[in-house]
Amino acid sequence: MLITCPYCGPRDVIEFTYQGDGNRERPDPASQNFEAWNAYVYDRLNPAGDHNEIWQHSGGCRAHLRVVRNTLTHEISSVGFARGDHASAARRNAEDKA
Amino acid sequence: MSPRRTDTGGRIDRLKTIRFTFDGVAYTGHAGDTLASALLAKGVTLFGRSFKYHRPRGLLTAGVEEPNALVTVLRGEVREPNIAATMVEIHDGLVAISQNRFPSLAWDVHAVNQLGGKILSAGFYYKTFMGPVIGPLKGTHFWMFCEHFIRRAAGLGSAGPAKDPARYERMNAFCDVLVVGSGPAGLMAAKAAADQGARVMLADLEPRFGGSTNWSDETIDGAPAADWARRTVAQLEGRDNVRLLPRTTVWGYYDNNTLAALERVSDHKERPAKGEPRHRYWAIRARSVVLATGAFERPLVFPGNDRPGVMLAHAAERYANEFGVLPGERIALFTNNDSAYRAAIALKKAGAAIVAIADVRSDLSPEMRRLATEAEAEILAGHAVVATEGGKALSGVKVQRFDMVTGALSGEERNIHADCLLMSGGWSPTIHLASQAGAKAEWNASRQAFLPPKPAQQWPTQQWIGAGAFTGSFSTAEAIAEGRAAGLRAAGGTSPPAALPTVEAVDGDPDPAPVFEIRAKGKSFVDFQHDVTAEDVRLAHREGFVSVEHLKRYTTLGMATDQGKSSNVPGLAIMAEALGKPIPEVGTTRFRPPFAPVSIGSLAAERFGDLKPGRLTPMHDWHLANGATMYSAGLWYRPMIYGLSGETIEQAYVREAKATRESAGIVDVSTLGKIAVQGPDAAAFLDRVYTNMFSTLAVGKARYGLMLREDGFAFDDGTTWRLGEQDFLMTTTTANAGKVMQHLEYFLDVIWPDLKVHVTSVTDEWAGAAIGGPKARQILAACVTGTAVDNATLPFMGIVHGQIAGVPVMICRLSFSGEMAFEVYSGAGHGTHVWQALIEAGKPFGLVTYGLEALGTMRIEKGHVTGAEIDGRTTARDLHLDWMLSKKKPFIGSAMMDREGLIASDRLELVGLIALDNRPLNGGAHIVEALDETNPHGSIGHITACCYSPALGKHIALALVEGGKARHGTRAHVSDPLRNRFGPVEIVSNHFYDPEGTRMHG
Repeated sequence: MLITCPYCGPRDVIEFTYQGDGNRERPDPASQNFEAWNAYVYDRLNPAGDHNEIWQHSGGCRAHLRVVRNTLTHEISSVGFARGDHASAARRNAEDKA
Repeated sequence: MSPRRTDTGGRIDRLKTIRFTFDGVAYTGHAGDTLASALLAKGVTLFGRSFKYHRPRGLLTAGVEEPNALVTVLRGEVREPNIAATMVEIHDGLVAISQNRFPSLAWDVHAVNQLGGKILSAGFYYKTFMGPVIGPLKGTHFWMFCEHFIRRAAGLGSAGPAKDPARYERMNAFCDVLVVGSGPAGLMAAKAAADQGARVMLADLEPRFGGSTNWSDETIDGAPAADWARRTVAQLEGRDNVRLLPRTTVWGYYDNNTLAALERVSDHKERPAKGEPRHRYWAIRARSVVLATGAFERPLVFPGNDRPGVMLAHAAERYANEFGVLPGERIALFTNNDSAYRAAIALKKAGAAIVAIADVRSDLSPEMRRLATEAEAEILAGHAVVATEGGKALSGVKVQRFDMVTGALSGEERNIHADCLLMSGGWSPTIHLASQAGAKAEWNASRQAFLPPKPAQQWPTQQWIGAGAFTGSFSTAEAIAEGRAAGLRAAGGTSPPAALPTVEAVDGDPDPAPVFEIRAKGKSFVDFQHDVTAEDVRLAHREGFVSVEHLKRYTTLGMATDQGKSSNVPGLAIMAEALGKPIPEVGTTRFRPPFAPVSIGSLAAERFGDLKPGRLTPMHDWHLANGATMYSAGLWYRPMIYGLSGETIEQAYVREAKATRESAGIVDVSTLGKIAVQGPDAAAFLDRVYTNMFSTLAVGKARYGLMLREDGFAFDDGTTWRLGEQDFLMTTTTANAGKVMQHLEYFLDVIWPDLKVHVTSVTDEWAGAAIGGPKARQILAACVTGTAVDNATLPFMGIVHGQIAGVPVMICRLSFSGEMAFEVYSGAGHGTHVWQALIEAGKPFGLVTYGLEALGTMRIEKGHVTGAEIDGRTTARDLHLDWMLSKKKPFIGSAMMDREGLIASDRLELVGLIALDNRPLNGGAHIVEALDETNPHGSIGHITACCYSPALGKHIALALVEGGKARHGTRAHVSDPLRNRFGPVEIVSNHFYDPEGTRMHG
């Protein structure tokens, strides 16, 4: 499997660490809503098809990426930074290359 | 008569003689021979005994699909079992032995199993050995009695106990076009792609490139096909953009065109060249893949089709044309298609008599009649072989008139005297790699074969282009045209192609008659290697196994080391007939990697032995030079003990721990994970990460911290030092350093991107030495300059900066041993310098070096936890660390840690144990309330760590036990039936030694 890291380019999956389901939404830290915490820690969709995932490029730039991967074919339809403000860095990077 | 070497012909070098042994008998062969061809040339027809019935078996094929002729190759003490003799290239000194026979191949006691054939049918083991005991000869207990004998009698070769001394390596390769298979299609594809300037890799599992050109008798561009192949290979060899990989089996096809291949680098040599590995594992990432893997010929299923001397037609053609070996003198053929007629001509030319060609079809084309006449063979159209005769070699066959529409036999049986029978049941494209790549095969009714799917049905991450027999195009002319087109497409080429090479060949009709089985009396084998007969398949059907996946598992059809390369389609056809359904409705099983057996060594490669990576502390060499026995912990190497001569491990650690508590000891703690946490929000971040407060920590002080996971379980512990307002140095356990780093990075990057914090792994930047004991402070005072180390300047958990022997050090007063102790950190490059200065300063005070064992002993005495207790299943409360759970702030895990199940009173809690019988305890041993050695049950917990405690003079342990504190002062028992250790223990507090901490506070 190849993941195209926005910083480093296409890299083999062995360079990455799976960091879990990208659909999780962490409740407010002070929240005592147990249902919400339980859903965040345990509930997973397990879809047969496109899945929103977090991967860390642990053997490279160590950025966390939001990856949409088809669980049936391993086709990756999109890769972006998991962290919002990384997007501007990627754009800059792309502009520098262009 | 018997098989023999022909005087001329073949791609072997008759001038080079090679000596080898098989079953202790010396043989000679020639350069270019396989073990199979060399033995066959010497008249050997018996190669092995079958899996279940111990029937004599000979060569069925000449290639990787061989199910019968499996041998064990011996290299010194090392045995490599289950290697197909057809894939072993002979070399001087080769030693091979046959398998699954006792006492010898020719005379085998288990051959008596043949008489019990009715009993040993499909499902025999399930029916006989499973379920309740009914009488003495049924049920699970009966299996336990029989297992030893059955395992001895059944099966294949056995591996030896010797360690494999061979070297294996792994290569990562990248190319534009990977071509798998080097027949005419593969060669054309590689050449076309290379001509476009693409980086090309061409792999073939055989030692000789060329595929069918090596034995086909065809001509290409007016020259023998083999010459054309040799010329083409020579053109490729000279190019910088081409890598040729002979003896390389591409065995796995994974996502994004990642393919796995095994190159047998030196198996064919008497000894490998210097530095040469035995096998090389190739991980190939290819932009495009051309599959030109050809096709496998199928056997026909009829009684006695497994007798030595019965062989696939093309295999005999290969033996004659490629190896110069005649598999028999009087050869009969049995076929359902035209391709066998080519074999008849080839063997006739090589000097054999073709006595008859039995063809299930009654209508033969004039072309085939002409070939049969040319081979001087009697044509038996509309006939089938119904029996074979002979023992360890074939003596004759019986034929009968056969109606291929009804399958009925009629008329008199007729005997034909023959010493070799060639059969051809049509061809199955080698679609294994395409199937691995996710493609569903499609049944083609005219080819009577599963063909690879159209490109549109391929998976998006595994795209390939097929060419030649792989696609069902069985003629060489088609292979050449498709190969070039595939190569051009794979390389993205557009240049106008020149004229294609011209082929002269006898092509015949590529479509066989739809006949797979001749139903007559006797055992007809479908899967030769697993001894599965046509009757077994029908029995499975009668017993209700309708799915092909169930059929496969019940009968074990196609589950042997050859993975059903020859048996898959005939087995399906018989099942389909039993079900009364067409073959495509029965479906086929998915092929999985590996395509052919792979050496485990090649998969381990450099992750094993000398090339395994290791992490060494800055003081590593000093430890070695000063008598340390090293212990490998993950990738790290750490001193276990510094043993004196004659000391046991226990004596050594007891001495080291005792001396530390009496005077002082020093230990290398450089392996602790160290993370610099810096930035304006560093303190706030640590408050969120740790269960306790860090924002209140004063600069120049350290604090012990505990982390939980999101689910509320304990994750890691360690001290974190505040070096500046925005500058913290976090330490983690050695084992969790990487995980904690990723944990911090995840939260900073994904959850809290607004926090202004940087985390940097600085584990390798610092050398650490922990020095503890009543005299530790005096030792520091003797060597530290630039700062005082007295209680006022350096209180418990205080940090000072100074110098030792002229280099800067940072000293923190904290204790793992329970003694007055200090951690001295210096730059990694100064590690040994500072360490030696501390040792020197400690001499007058009786300072000892101690290793992991003494470290562990002192921490058990103190009741501190490590990874053995923070095992992912324990909470802070279980470990009596609930005093660290801040109520003033949320932190990672705080929302989940108070769940019902995590605060239940029956959870396992940390306790101490003292052995009341004064014998050593074992890690992992269970604790029970009442002991019953014959029927161990009722575990209330288990031991996590144990030692002999010099401070207490007792064998002690830490344990996780139900109820925990409530049991303090009570008795229980260890119950460890595996190690036969039973005995009474007292449950006590985990703080065995100096629970008030007066020693470390001084």
